[in-house]
Amino acid sequence: MAKDKSGRSLSELQIDALREAGNIGAGNAAIALSQMVSKKVGLSTPKASLMRLSNVPELVGGPEAPVAGVYLNVTGDCSGSILLLLEEESALSLAGLMVPGDIEEADDLTVVKKSALQETGSILSASYLNALGQLTGLFFKPSVPGFAVDMAGAILDYVLVDLASSADYVLVVETDFMVSGVKVLGHLVLFPDLGTLSKILDRLGVPFE
Amino acid sequence: MSDLVNVGVADLKVSDNSDTLVSYGLGSCVAVAIFDPVKKVGGLAHVMLPESRGKETAAAPGKFADTAVPHLVQELVRLGARPKGLKCKLVGGAQMFEIPGSRNKQAGLACGPSANIGARNVEAVKQALEELKVPIVGEETGGNHGRTVRFDTSSGVIDITSIYFGQSAL
Repeated sequence: MAKDKSGRSLSELQIDALREAGNIGAGNAAIALSQMVSKKVGLSTPKASLMRLSNVPELVGGPEAPVAGVYLNVTGDCSGSILLLLEEESALSLAGLMVPGDIEEADDLTVVKKSALQETGSILSASYLNALGQLTGLFFKPSVPGFAVDMAGAILDYVLVDLASSADYVLVVETDFMVSGVKVLGHLVLFPDLGTLSKILDRLGVPFE
Repeated sequence: MSDLVNVGVADLKVSDNSDTLVSYGLGSCVAVAIFDPVKKVGGLAHVMLPESRGKETAAAPGKFADTAVPHLVQELVRLGARPKGLKCKLVGGAQMFEIPGSRNKQAGLACGPSANIGARNVEAVKQALEELKVPIVGEETGGNHGRTVRFDTSSGVIDITSIYFGQSAL
């Protein structure tokens, strides 16, 4: 069973509460994304799980696998970071759907496509944070997003350092996007700073025992 | 028999058995490879942060530049390396993201480029090497791309792979 740094594990109830925030967030994000690309965007019911940080690269094909990462810092009543990870393939098809262009450019992440992905990460993160904020009454403020396409390990080790290495376990919310009927898989990884997760769970009414 | 040995984040491994030590997907982390080409012993540390400030050093000496370098040298000498025959190669220390106003508490920056962490890691490793008089004979650091490092401890050759620049030898 997944445990956080102090050896605590999340109960079914706690996972449910965090997933519910994910649900509401996904709904908000779908509306925002639809408006942005003028297409029907659907987001599946997310899966939430607590996961060892060192296992996160396995979600996207290992530490050497090329991925797109959108990274934001969170401040406010609680602090932490959020990373949207997309496998390269998923990133390309999502970007292609959002910014339709020449077929020849299909395998290229143009500046416009990168910017679209960055914005997607921003919208998804903000939507999840808003939902979490509504449910907890806490205020979260996301930073401007950073964007990189590189090896999963390289992207994560940067995030790790930025986190002051306080989190051994992270919260992963897995989300499927449906854009105009095409399915794309994304992973929203939340890195709560020390104390942040218990504060959120307290407010959600499902505190650690 | 030589093997492929994984050196994860904050890890440190040495070998006198011609093993190849590998660190996958280095971002702002620095791979510190120290070896004695005559005695054919070598070690690799996957350094994550510049300074230990007295924390966690016993559990993971490879995590911090200021503890990884002396620990690596000590382990290599224990395996028969000559302290004066040691050489070092450095790879990594990239800046993966640029976020305006990012905090990076560990780096001690209230604001500004959190970015600096890769460069600061490299700087801290160099300082530690200087103190122990270990010369740097190869370096591929900085930039904003990830790297995988395969360090052949018997030859001292490092094979670097990156998504953007392919493969190269150092």
